[in-house]
Amino acid sequence: MESTKILNVKGLACPMPIVKTKKAMNELHLGDVLEIHATDKGAKKDLTAWAKVSGHEMLKYEEDGEVLKFWMKKGN
Amino acid sequence: MTVKAMTAKEVTRKVFHKEELFILDVRNESDFLDWKIEGKNFDYLNIPYFELLDGVDRILEKLPSDKEILVVCAKEGSSVMVAEMLSEKGLNVSYLKGGMKAWSEHLEPVKVGELTDGGEIYQFVRIGKGCLSYMVISNGEAAIIDATRMTDIFLDFAKEKGAKITHVFDTHLHADHISGGRTMAKETGATYWLPPKDAMEVTFEYMPLEGGNVVTIGNTAIDIHALYSPGHTIGSTSLVVDGKFLLSGDILFINSIGRPDLAGKAEDWVTDLRESLYSRYRELSADLVVLPAHFMIMDELKEDGSVSEKLGTLFVNNHGLNIEDENEFRKLVTENLPPQPNAYQEIRKTNMGKMNPDLEKQREMEIGPNRCAVR
Repeated sequence: MESTKILNVKGLACPMPIVKTKKAMNELHLGDVLEIHATDKGAKKDLTAWAKVSGHEMLKYEEDGEVLKFWMKKGN
Repeated sequence: MTVKAMTAKEVTRKVFHKEELFILDVRNESDFLDWKIEGKNFDYLNIPYFELLDGVDRILEKLPSDKEILVVCAKEGSSVMVAEMLSEKGLNVSYLKGGMKAWSEHLEPVKVGELTDGGEIYQFVRIGKGCLSYMVISNGEAAIIDATRMTDIFLDFAKEKGAKITHVFDTHLHADHISGGRTMAKETGATYWLPPKDAMEVTFEYMPLEGGNVVTIGNTAIDIHALYSPGHTIGSTSLVVDGKFLLSGDILFINSIGRPDLAGKAEDWVTDLRESLYSRYRELSADLVVLPAHFMIMDELKEDGSVSEKLGTLFVNNHGLNIEDENEFRKLVTENLPPQPNAYQEIRKTNMGKMNPDLEKQREMEIGPNRCAVR
């Protein structure tokens, strides 16, 4: 899947994956896609829930070995 | 204002003493709804930390000024962040050290009785998950029953008491938590007992725990009598210690009874469960003190945090022991069952030795309450 930017938060524990995702999202434009690579297992539920409350759209999620990959489209 | 760490042990004291505490749980909503820190006089507010990244102003008015506030998250990191934000606003708050992970792993030893020769029996209350393990100590020897995977706590406790662990039992193959029994037996050279009917697929050596077995702890014969009581699992075995205590495993609890479905055989095992509870247990002395392998709600805890009740009292008060009609009983234990414990099939496989997950994976598998009972 095409992404505008890749954010690497591998090795970071909660709350950092979301703190960094939020910061990266702020720098993107409406409709841009942020690809996030994380290893914190909690990130799966939390990023999904955060996307919902923040108006972003979680386009895709996959696991690549230990790495959790997310594609999130910036909304309002 | 400074942010303090509160340990799982300190929170446990508050649960035991029914103290007040305001818990600000910053995990996501589904995790909070699934499992939280329970306390008789605890109040809660659940706001995920990721909704507070821009500030805590919107929750300030929801926080009490006259109660101690504890911020809780899964592993600690987010609760520290939120606690610090609240502290900057002038609030005096603590965070739970180690988060729910530490809460799930905390064990509190409580003495539940004395044995005829001066020995003692201790209950290890796993407060966050509702699991109960036991240690019987007599004349420098110890037996451990239904141990959790936090083996250091048992090993240290036995050492402190100057007792050598000689026998380790699992009353059944557990589906809600990973047993520490086999590991501990290996480390101490103790004998590991497991009911053979629950051990059909295990990959390790064990001593078959069967009805009629008598195991002696210490030189002056504190006997542990095994009593076959199938129903929760086909091998489930109860233990009578010193003629006084009935370790009922996951067959009989204080306010509930064992569920027969966790090995996928609900229909098959209903009859066994009824037979165990309504016939075999009826033949035992009503004066036996029942020590189960779980508690379900904090109301079951006594003042000192222990969980026990006389068998005779349970025959009167426990609804699961008072269902005359067999069909009604069958319905209760096979229909409308609570959700199954998290990762219960993987936990069973781990306890059989068929899976060897690392510690992080083990922790994740055990997240949540035990859910071994039906009411």
